[in-house]
Amino acid sequence: MTSDFVAAVAEAHRRDWAQVLATTARVTRDLDLAEECTQDAYAQALVVWPRDGVPSKPGAWLTRVARNRALDEMRRAAAFRRRLPLLVTAPDNPGDDRLRLIFTCCHPALSRETQVALTARLVCGLSTYEVARAFLVPEPTMAARLTRAKKKIATARIPYRTPDPDEMESRLGPVLEVVHLLFTTGHTAPTGAALIRTDLTASAIHLARTLHLLMPRSAAVTALLALLLVTDARTAARVTPAGQLVLLADQDRSLWNRTQIAEGIALLTDSLRRESPTRFAVEAAIAAVHAESPSWEQTDWTEIIGLYDVLLRLTGGSPVVALNRAVAVGFRDGPRAGLDALAPLTAEPALATYAYLAAARADFLRRLDRTAEAAAAYEEALALTDNEVERDFLHSRLRSL
Amino acid sequence: MPKYTLLIYGDSAQWEALTVEQRRAHDAAHADFRDAAGDRVIGGQELEPSPNATTLRGSVTSDGPFLETKEALGGFYMLEAADLDEVLALAKLLPEVQAGHSGVEIRPVVEHP
Repeated sequence: MTSDFVAAVAEAHRRDWAQVLATTARVTRDLDLAEECTQDAYAQALVVWPRDGVPSKPGAWLTRVARNRALDEMRRAAAFRRRLPLLVTAPDNPGDDRLRLIFTCCHPALSRETQVALTARLVCGLSTYEVARAFLVPEPTMAARLTRAKKKIATARIPYRTPDPDEMESRLGPVLEVVHLLFTTGHTAPTGAALIRTDLTASAIHLARTLHLLMPRSAAVTALLALLLVTDARTAARVTPAGQLVLLADQDRSLWNRTQIAEGIALLTDSLRRESPTRFAVEAAIAAVHAESPSWEQTDWTEIIGLYDVLLRLTGGSPVVALNRAVAVGFRDGPRAGLDALAPLTAEPALATYAYLAAARADFLRRLDRTAEAAAAYEEALALTDNEVERDFLHSRLRSL
Repeated sequence: MPKYTLLIYGDSAQWEALTVEQRRAHDAAHADFRDAAGDRVIGGQELEPSPNATTLRGSVTSDGPFLETKEALGGFYMLEAADLDEVLALAKLLPEVQAGHSGVEIRPVVEHP
């Protein structure tokens, strides 16, 4: 029984956290206090729901509890709080509180790492410990970063509002980058025992869905949601039940989530009808080519290479995109051609500590039976990889040489 | 109303190298900024180049600015505005934002009770 209530609270946390915090913040005009009261409301739910039952509208219940607690705190601390700078809110500006919260967390006056941390904590409701673990910093460092960020929002008076239509496009860019970064961090965790951190990927997808719901006409938002859905659809096939890494080439495609792929492709089509493709739309298109290919052998590499060419133009020649393109060339034209395509990238400083470059070279060398060079490249990839599932995979390849 | 200071930093050599025409365009851009900001501007001055500065530190008096950097403080504005977005929208009108060698730092002012 208790576990049912815990599950109900967890579900309400996943679904309603951002809404509860965002609404409370408009009352408190202080993100710190709003965060504290929201956390408190969830703690109370764990006590009250098993006794009185789960309320019919959990989100409304949590918002009421958080807001009442906030009003109490504000009355108690009225004299003190008058001296603190307050969050600037725009009460007449209609719109969703969650959007206000997202755009405030991703304000361009905050650094990218701060934007990501704030969004993960305040919008996705991850604990400071979880956020710290995801971005490889000690918990006190992350706590200090979050505190500094909230202080800057209050002191510099970063307004708690959605941007005006004329600045929407430039303000949306960082928001989409942040959601994408949250997803990729969870898709292949930078460190730890698990390959995938579903708390992060699920949060990012939920956030992208929220943005899409609130801004259904934005082609850029639609494309991002498409990308996340199609990529995430492969999750069940990416590791064996024993937790070992399975490469795309070896994945059991019957495990891919076809409903999610269909939804993603429909969204992508819609996005491409509205506007010329953004970076995320092209990435979604690449993911869709894989998703629609009946087998690895039948993959349309020429199509994929063409899409990487478009992506190279859109990203101003991103070295990571160039690497992926070179790998695709290797799969179409053979390991010799792949190695040649990778060669110019080995001098690229941005890829010097990028494990996938060494791993790709190692794979092509292995297939060319250049065993000693392949072993050296696998060693190099191992030295740059902290995720244990990926390390196990590289070790097994190294042993099989 | 909250106050902000806009600190204008740049390479003095490049400012001094402006032609008469460029200087006129530069001044006109500042006039546009002041028109747009209206009575939100509560102060501001252009400063003489940093070699003309004198710095006191302990018992030492020295010739030059506090920080010897290529980009030096060249001037400032003091604004009153409702929030940072309002300041950002105005500050983008300053010619130093687009000049390449220069930029504008926005600092909220401490409100003493």
